[in-house]
Amino acid sequence: MYYYNDFDASFVAERNRQFRAQVERRIDGSLTEDEFKPLRLMNGLYLQLHAYMLRVAIPYGSLDPAKLRQLAYLAERFDKGYGHFTTRTNIQYNWPQLRDVPEMLDALAEVEMHAIQTSGNTIRNVTSDHFAGAAADEIEDPRPVAELIRQWSTDHPEFQFLPRKFKIAVIASDTDRAVMKSHDVGLRIVERDGVRGFEVWIGGGMGRTPMVAKRLRDFLPRADLLPYLEAILATYNRIGRRDNKYKARIKITVHENGLDEIRAQVEDEFPRRRAVFGGEDQALLAEITAAFAAPAFKNTDPAPYFAARDADPVFRAWSDTNVTAHRTPGYGIVTISLKAHGATPGDASGDQMRLVADLGETYGHGDIRATHAQNLVLPHVPLADIPAVHAALKTLGLATGNIGLASDIIACPGMDYCALATARSIPVAQGIATRLEELKIEHEVGHLQIKISGCINACGHHHVGHIGILGLDRAGVENYQITLGGDASETTAIGSRTGPGFAYDEIVPAVERLIFAYLDLREGEEETFLEVYNRVGMAPFKSALYDAEARAYAAE
Amino acid sequence: MTVIVSDTGFAPEDFNAPITPLAEAESATTALDLAVDTNPAELGDRLGGVTMIRVDFPSSADGRGFSIARQLRLMGYGGRLRARGHVIADQYAMARRSGFDEVEISEALAKRQPEEQWIFRANWQAHDYQARLRG
Ligand code: SF4
Repeated sequence: MYYYNDFDASFVAERNRQFRAQVERRIDGSLTEDEFKPLRLMNGLYLQLHAYMLRVAIPYGSLDPAKLRQLAYLAERFDKGYGHFTTRTNIQYNWPQLRDVPEMLDALAEVEMHAIQTSGNTIRNVTSDHFAGAAADEIEDPRPVAELIRQWSTDHPEFQFLPRKFKIAVIASDTDRAVMKSHDVGLRIVERDGVRGFEVWIGGGMGRTPMVAKRLRDFLPRADLLPYLEAILATYNRIGRRDNKYKARIKITVHENGLDEIRAQVEDEFPRRRAVFGGEDQALLAEITAAFAAPAFKNTDPAPYFAARDADPVFRAWSDTNVTAHRTPGYGIVTISLKAHGATPGDASGDQMRLVADLGETYGHGDIRATHAQNLVLPHVPLADIPAVHAALKTLGLATGNIGLASDIIACPGMDYCALATARSIPVAQGIATRLEELKIEHEVGHLQIKISGCINACGHHHVGHIGILGLDRAGVENYQITLGGDASETTAIGSRTGPGFAYDEIVPAVERLIFAYLDLREGEEETFLEVYNRVGMAPFKSALYDAEARAYAAE
Repeated sequence: MTVIVSDTGFAPEDFNAPITPLAEAESATTALDLAVDTNPAELGDRLGGVTMIRVDFPSSADGRGFSIARQLRLMGYGGRLRARGHVIADQYAMARRSGFDEVEISEALAKRQPEEQWIFRANWQAHDYQARLRG
């Protein structure tokens, strides 16, 4: 885990001092709302439907008990007792008062957190693999590189007023748990001839024009990373479109100019950028890497874990879905679902956060993660302790065994909070999860990712959901479009639309029909929803969606 | 009248020679006005005798000028470099860190954002991640 040095700490303190002054100047009128807007956005403060919303960065999803306890405190002191974990591993508070925000930021600084660059047209919170440092298949922990990028991108003087926001993800394994190819720049740490470097992907994104990132460089030497990123950003800053917000992301710049042209411009800019990096960044990276050294794993007997699995079917079912193999024998990765059936996906109360903090401290080497799927993770738990963790989670409704299943739904805040929303998304997620629970079929159904967005901006990642749901406004009435075949893994794919959308009260039954169609179509329990879709295509699902509806009308 | 902002605060204009838009510049021109959509790479061979470059900021939300400044400096331009237009006090540190020497603002903006708000960021050399990352 990286801890702030004096520089980081005084940077954040100074930045909070500046923002406090900016808030005062907004209140006394020397800043207009138009001028204040980019400044508050640089500090994570949005104006939403009902109130301001503060979005706090959880860099690459990494937390420790002290940080999570402070997030719980903020939820209780300045919000309504909850925080909302987002698909960008941020946490959002939906009800702060403007005058309280400087105090919230000071409280965050006490635990080395901030809300800098969680919004605005700048480089956003860098994301990574939520199993980093624990996954069996990674070639190294990607978080040190993510931290280096965090420091480089923080307050970068050239890139605070880009054409549009800019998102970077870093992974270090073949398996992609971070939706890397849906980022403006995706980096995968790879090894070639015994040397580590990066595959560089560019121009991925969701939104109204979803695109899968394209490979800009097969292999970028490690020491070239920051100047190469600068060359990309400087090129984008110069030629990215500013005339139309919907065409301003780098995916459109790449699409309109062509990958080869972008590559030529980046490579042209790169040498001048590279010349001024003299190795200090690499020395810093070495320091950061040392800070991320793995904890001292204990040698414990896993027998109690297997005994509990044999004795308790509830524990067994939960551990089947929520415990993942760890690189170290005798350990497991525990994913804590924030998707209790009928709850708001990604919401956690102050009490729940404190419980997870305690469990991380007692059993998990003090390491906690937030995931893009809006869950929490204890990445390093001895198998022998997992029954105790499960028992504690049950006391506060955190023991839902549904990770990777159909009710582990990603949903953006939608109409319940978001000023841009065209439809509700939270109640749709709740409705689907509640129905799945009534039917008791999700374990039989197996791996199925449903993702819901409340508008075309696609914060709920619906384009890459096996089943994607997009809430639109059709003449004042909510209408939900379904896409199928999206894939958020290393085989990233954008889903295809099934056809006409469904009304609010029709969308849950429609999803149910898709699930039953899948069960009919699959050749065995091993064949997942996505595999079936890729084998049989859209037609049978379409007929389940629309013919059944037609039959129902006919029967009326 | 415009106001020139530097680390010491507000001052009147002290550059009294004409500044020529790039499109109208001749080989003898020593002071250039650059539009925000200029590609500095295309200026490569014309920077020789230039001693003043002024970069336009049409809107405080348009950050192209920061990259233009940085690119000019990386290309070796060592003359006076000025940002002009809708730059706000909170962007002063960015302007200085990107390579500008000073900012030229209108009197109206100077009235709304008085000198102390700019001096508040005259400490732009402190707390700079970039300075730690490169030699
Ligand atoms: S997808 Fe739309 S409704 Fe949902 S959070 Fe994003 S902007 Fe808001």
